[in-house]
Amino acid sequence: MQAEKILFIIFAVVALASALNILLQRSPLYGALSLIGTLLALSALYMTLRAQFIAAVQIVVYAGAIMVLFIFVIMLLNVPKDQPQIEKQKGLRYLAIPFAGLLIAEMFFVLRPIRLNTLPPISSGNAEQAVGTTWSIGTALFTDYLLPFEVTSVLILMAVVGAMVLARREGD
Amino acid sequence: MVPLSWYLGLSALLFTIGAVGVFIKRNAITIFLCIELMLNAVNLTLVSLSGFFGDVGGQLFVFIVMTVAAAEAAVGLAIIISIFRNRESLNVDEVDSLKL
Repeated sequence: MQAEKILFIIFAVVALASALNILLQRSPLYGALSLIGTLLALSALYMTLRAQFIAAVQIVVYAGAIMVLFIFVIMLLNVPKDQPQIEKQKGLRYLAIPFAGLLIAEMFFVLRPIRLNTLPPISSGNAEQAVGTTWSIGTALFTDYLLPFEVTSVLILMAVVGAMVLARREGD
Repeated sequence: MVPLSWYLGLSALLFTIGAVGVFIKRNAITIFLCIELMLNAVNLTLVSLSGFFGDVGGQLFVFIVMTVAAAEAAVGLAIIISIFRNRESLNVDEVDSLKL
């Protein structure tokens, strides 16, 4: 078995185990820390797919900025653990698990005929312009995808203003 | 080389774990974490397809998904803070004033 498959299996197991740990933990703080583990493992998988820029952004933006915001809010609110006494429709809720099995079976049935086994070879000479480098992402982002980029900046501005309005105390 | 179907299968498993979490968890913040997990599972699909087909469009889409996730986290956590201020609880079973 090649080194690449071993690396994939290690990071896939880390990602799945920390994702399952989110479901097993009662405290949201430990759930958030497990999600950071999943995000770091996914970032390593992006490196194996030659998506270096996305791997770096995953760590900086997701594991860095977004998860820090989550942990900040969890600590600010001093969130109580899941209280088991107020359980409504308990049996109905656990129907989710058989349906999850069904969803998995369906997805693997769809994935079965896929026979694509190798990444495309890197063309020699312009390795720094290959797909996934900062050069290729930046060039595409500021030429073909300029409109989505600008719309994103408007969206971020709206989110900042909206978050301030929503989290403000009444009467301030 | 690792086959494409392994990446897609891992992504399917992560997405399903996230979807199960949304249904069985009762804490609003944990539900939010599971939504982030589902977004990341789809990102893995997009990056692996982009890598195997040699097209940069998938990775740009992931970039945009990340900025939308940041905006969603900011607004969603602000909503959670204001719910907690009004009700002193994050249990989604208790936030049912829209229920008839």
